[in-house]
Amino acid sequence: MEPFTIHTGNMALLDRGNVDTDQIISKEFLKSISRTGFGPHLFHDWRYLPDGKPNPHFELNNPVYEGATILVAGNNFGCGSSREHAVWAISQYGFKVVMAPIYERHGEIIPAFADIFRNNSSKNGLLLIELPEKTVNEIKKFVSENAPLQATIDLPSQSITLHLSPEKKVYHFLMDAGLKQKFLEGLDEIGMTERYIPQIEAFEAKHSTQMV
Amino acid sequence: MLASFLMTPKTLFQKVWDNHAVCDLPDGSTLLYIDRHLVHEVTSPQAFDGLRLNKRKLRHPELTFATMDHNVPTENKKDIRDLIAKTQIETLQKNCNEFGITLYDLDSDKQGIVHVIGPELGLTLPGTTIVCGDSHTSTHGAFGALAFGIGTSEVEHVLATQCLVQQKAKSFKANFVGKPHAHVTAKDFILKLIGSIGTAGGTGYVLEYTGEAIKALSMEARMTICNMSIEAGAKAGMIAPDDITFQYIASGKRPFAPKGKALEAAIVNWKKLVTDTQAPYDREITIDVSQMAPQVTWGTNPGMVVDVSGVVPKPSEVKNCAPADVEKALEYMGLKPGTKITDIPINVVFIGSCTNSRIEDLRAAAKIFKGKKVSKKVKTLIVPGSEQVRLQAEREGLHKIFIEAGAQWRNAGCSMCLAMNPDKLEAGERCASTSNRNFEGRQGKGGRTHLVSPEMAAAAAIAGHFVDIRAWEM
Repeated sequence: MEPFTIHTGNMALLDRGNVDTDQIISKEFLKSISRTGFGPHLFHDWRYLPDGKPNPHFELNNPVYEGATILVAGNNFGCGSSREHAVWAISQYGFKVVMAPIYERHGEIIPAFADIFRNNSSKNGLLLIELPEKTVNEIKKFVSENAPLQATIDLPSQSITLHLSPEKKVYHFLMDAGLKQKFLEGLDEIGMTERYIPQIEAFEAKHSTQMV
Repeated sequence: MLASFLMTPKTLFQKVWDNHAVCDLPDGSTLLYIDRHLVHEVTSPQAFDGLRLNKRKLRHPELTFATMDHNVPTENKKDIRDLIAKTQIETLQKNCNEFGITLYDLDSDKQGIVHVIGPELGLTLPGTTIVCGDSHTSTHGAFGALAFGIGTSEVEHVLATQCLVQQKAKSFKANFVGKPHAHVTAKDFILKLIGSIGTAGGTGYVLEYTGEAIKALSMEARMTICNMSIEAGAKAGMIAPDDITFQYIASGKRPFAPKGKALEAAIVNWKKLVTDTQAPYDREITIDVSQMAPQVTWGTNPGMVVDVSGVVPKPSEVKNCAPADVEKALEYMGLKPGTKITDIPINVVFIGSCTNSRIEDLRAAAKIFKGKKVSKKVKTLIVPGSEQVRLQAEREGLHKIFIEAGAQWRNAGCSMCLAMNPDKLEAGERCASTSNRNFEGRQGKGGRTHLVSPEMAAAAAIAGHFVDIRAWEM
């Protein structure tokens, strides 16, 4: 996996809640046995009209978002199927970062991203940033009023800088320390786990896979 | 330390987790041992490529089991006209051969949906950890296993190391109390829960389903519940094993289940897999099933659900969804607020999927279809979850009931649950489906899905629209 430190790029808005992985990459593109080639099919059914032309009403087809690399999404992004193809499609389209809001509803905290999607992203260097709902609303407003708006995501300092003029706007985000390290170093997780082979062997010596 | 270990009350999830924790990792995560790895054609090819690229072998081919299910045509399994799908299936055959993995191939009488064959074969056992590159792996939690879906990178990780790097989820108790109406099923329980907490309500948690209403369910009904844990966003769903579980494992031909003395020894250990009194959960909810109605989804996620006796809601009335998202959903579904659910006409019925394609589901549907005819306006597809289910249904003559009613009886596979094979909805078609996802285009581009139980689907096939089977003349 490619390391992630600092990234500067344009932001795009996809202001919809519960975007599921079926929408991100539709099943007809899951038959590939390759890890590449998914970018053109990202959000296929929303992005293209039945005749194959770009749907002018789809958010990401707005010319102001052309070439965007930072996606501002809605809550519970990436829910549904475990298909890692969803992450491959987002990355191969060109996005390096997805940010989404944490919701607080009925006294419960609802995370910004679905679990499996989050795991899959962490294996592919796609940085997911969770922010309070209020912050995301503010960012969305800035993006829609100033598109194309450039931002810098600085992982070491966990900051987002919106390149507004005359004054830049800076936000900070929280991130698990271990996950941050993984992104910074672009670590190969299998290689990391292989360092624990002695522990795995010791575990296997006393473990029954049937609880017998 | 041992004394405190013994005295700390634990949840079922915590016990299974502790039994599989190889070691803690410096970043605060845990290296978790995986007892069973199920593999299918769609999410595995890139993982095997990764192994080859890095010259890695399988750590435990004997703990890895494969079948093809997503792409398989259900009319003639061998007649795969989609060449890309064919290549994917052949790739699985080649990979299993190269890496020494047991494969239940297209011509096997044990082929079927991976989450249906795991329990059938005795691979799914209490207290084990089970993963698969498929989100509905949560199904296996019905046995008190910790089972969850993973992506392709994690598939490769398990193939190579038999372990996964995991952060421990929080625990969420969903307690189902009361005695349901005879036509209110496990499918209705889980849809009601998702409607209550939303499709992200379980994110970050492992659900444990408890209570008298769960205890009273068969293993197959419990699988239906655990199957849709992911639809609530949960990492996994679990049910403590009991005599119903042990009886299921001991019955039938389950080649991989322990037998005789080994089974007795295992049951002694499995009986410990209950949440201790006073073990704390991070969150709890109680759902009373005694007044519950059959559930029907009206929108484009499984949390958009209502009683069959209800109406399509207004955007402002929907919990857990922004009004703009509800409006998009209603537009996609071609529905107007205030429409009675029982007034919604349907064109297609699909009975199948890893949620509801087991023999009890087919028996329940057959009871409704018996002596009746499917509406002329409705195409009805009945797809058993596995070849074993198909053979059993045919031994019982259920297929004749379906065929006489005018339904199509197919071979095993995922079929129209996700429409990767030729079974698809056409744009604008409206389907009563026993599957698990009503996402836009899930069953075919432009298709409209309403999730229901097998009984509700069968009744809708006959009537041509949804009916409240509690009040329906049978």
